[in-house]
Parts: sequence; C-alpha cells; structure tokens
Amino acid sequence: MTEKEYDKIPGTIVFDADKSREGYHLNQFCISLRLQENRDAFNKNEEAYLDAYPMSKEQREAVLKREWNLLLELGGNIYYTSKLAANDGINFQNLAGRMTGMGVDSYREMMLKGGRSIEGNRDKSEWGED
Amino acid sequence: MAKIIAGVGCSHVPAIGVAMDTGITHEEYWKPVFEGFKKSREWMKKQNPDVIFLVYNDHCTAFDARCIPTFALGCGVEFQPADEGWGPRPVPPVKNHQKMASHIAQSLVLNEFDITIMNEMEVDHGLTVPLSVMFGDIKQNDEWPSLVIPLCVNVVQYPAPTGNRCYNLGKAIRRAIESYEEDLNVIIFGTGGMSHQLQYKRAGLINSDWDKRFLDLMTEDPVGASQITHLEYLRETGSEGIEMVMWLIMRGALNENVTEVHRHYHVPASNTAVGHIILENNA
Repeated sequence: MTEKEYDKIPGTIVFDADKSREGYHLNQFCISLRLQENRDAFNKNEEAYLDAYPMSKEQREAVLKREWNLLLELGGNIYYTSKLAANDGINFQNLAGRMTGMGVDSYREMMLKGGRSIEGNRDKSEWGED
Repeated sequence: MAKIIAGVGCSHVPAIGVAMDTGITHEEYWKPVFEGFKKSREWMKKQNPDVIFLVYNDHCTAFDARCIPTFALGCGVEFQPADEGWGPRPVPPVKNHQKMASHIAQSLVLNEFDITIMNEMEVDHGLTVPLSVMFGDIKQNDEWPSLVIPLCVNVVQYPAPTGNRCYNLGKAIRRAIESYEEDLNVIIFGTGGMSHQLQYKRAGLINSDWDKRFLDLMTEDPVGASQITHLEYLRETGSEGIEMVMWLIMRGALNENVTEVHRHYHVPASNTAVGHIILENNA
C-alpha cells in the first residue's frame, strides 16, 4: 500500500476510510453498547451477543480480551471502543492510561503536569521506529 | 435583518459536562477551568442572543458508522440530549429557530455548499457542553436562553473538511443568516479542540504553544489559520485536535477585523487542553 503522509506520526492511528471499512462491524458492535438494554444482553453472554456482528476472528478475540490498542489497529475508532470501555467502567482517561502503557496513575500525573510534550513525538524516527 | 454580532470558540470536553452535572466544579481540579468562563457567562447575559448558530461534532451518537455526512444542518423543531452510554445529560432539549434554519439550508445549497438536512437528530456533549459552559447551570425543566441552530461536522473519520472549506462555509453561513429578514441577533459558536489525542500510544499529547498561536491567528490572521494542513493538525495537536477546523467556520462568519474580548486557556481537563475565545464583530 502507498504510504500515507500521516503514517510517520508515532503512536497514532488515523481513522481514515480504509480503517473505517475494515472496522465497520467492530465499530457498530461497540456503538450498540451506548444503550443499556444492549449492554445487559452483552454482559449476560458476550459470545452470543457478538454473533450478531460479522467481524473478523481477530477483531472478535480483541474484543473478548479487551486489547485496546489492537482494537484500534484492526479498524476500531476510539469514540467507538470507548463505549466498550465505558461498559467495563473504564473512562476516557483510564483508557488512555492503558493504551499508552503508562498505567492510570502516571498518565493522570502526566496530564496534570501539562500533558505529553510534542517534542520528541512528531516523527516515528524519534521513537526509534521506521 | 438578522445579524451576526459575535463568535465564540470553545472546547467541548465531556468531563466538563460531567463536572457541572455532578456539582463538582468548585473542586481544585476543575476550579481553574470554570474560572475562565465567569466573564463569558456575564458577557452572554449581556448579549442575550436570539439565536446561536452552533458548529459542533457528533461523537458517533446521531451518526454512527452507517452514515457520515460532512456537514449536517439541524432543521427539526427540537433536539433531545442523547444517551451516550451513561444516561442523557440533565439539560433541557435544544430548541431550533426552524424558519431560519430552513432559510439557511436553502441558501447554503444555492451557494454550492451541499449540506445534509436533519429533521430528526439527538445531540450529544459536543453540542450541550459548550452551551452549558457559556450559559452556566440550566435546569432540565428550564429552557436554554437562546434558540440554537446546530451544524454538525464530521471530524471523526479522516478527512475532516479542510480548514479552507470550513472558512468559506462560514462566509456562506453569514450570507445566509444576514439575508434572513427578521431582526435577530445571532452568535456563532465554533467548538471542539484544542490539542488532544485520545487514542493509542501517543495519547495525552498537548501542544500549548501551538494552541496559543492558533488563538492568536483566530483574532489576527484567520486566512492564515484557514491554510493549516490536516497533517499539521494531526501531528502537532494530536489525532483529535483536528476538531479545530470547526472554529474556522465560526471565524469565517465574522468580519476580517474583530475585537477579542476574552480568552481562556487551561491544561488539563481530562485528556484535553481547554481553549476559549470571544470575538466581537466590529461595527
């Protein structure tokens, strides 16, 4: 695939049309959890609830295992996956603590100190990535 | 004739709404966020606008992945606060100025901005949080002090409309509003931002220097601001910072020369830099 101009930004997945296509059923599953009756059904039997959404095996596994970063890599978008997190009692800030690998407390501490600096976080080369 | 008297730029962080709804705005964490809106609320009272034209984005609430309009104009009678997964916010329904909205819809399409018309739509925190911060606590059984015409912009799926397109849409909105024959005062809101990234390993990114320059550009050089590329937003302000293109719609609807009457900037509110500006159209 041709490289996209935003592929060089480290630690970032841009939810573009390709990701949206790939993640369609995953995201529609996540957004269904906006409603209490759906959350009840999902929490009663996750596997059975997921059967209604023809997502890939990998996506389904990532949902069941709550692999938050993998969900994004497989086409999930944060505004959708955050509904799954909310169902589990995880708010946006705590979810970020998990996705960054920092843990909830040090993530919160970083935000209180002004957030993650842009310096050293513009290009994958600064992260030692391609 | 209707007239746009001012523009407001304002973040919409959901946690700000939660803080107001649960009565914890006096706590140390929230105090500095709300302190900066004191003057704004007094200013709003004084302006007492008939209509707010509110540019915002939906967070997969009214528009999930099934349907993603780039620009959608609320033309229905009223808009109920949506249940985003933790119950609807305890705020009143948002009432439209339906006749003016229809006029704007028609005018925009004839001016080659082919917007989507929404006659039924729920609204999420993207719309109600800016109203709450600017008006203060409004009880569920009361009414918002102004009518609201919502314009929803896609900033969830890349690409959002370009800054330039947004700026020009703002100009078309102004022509539409100011050709409406009733004598009404209108304030336009551009919402969202400022720098923030909610997702993946770089989550938590904040770029205060960039944000402050953006606020300067809002006042002094809107055309310059309209030329900021998507790549720059994504890289410098985080994947969700691109919401700031919505401020350009607001700015496009104002005069080139404006008076900045208030500005507020604070880090953090949850994962986000809170930014706010009030710009009055010079007479």
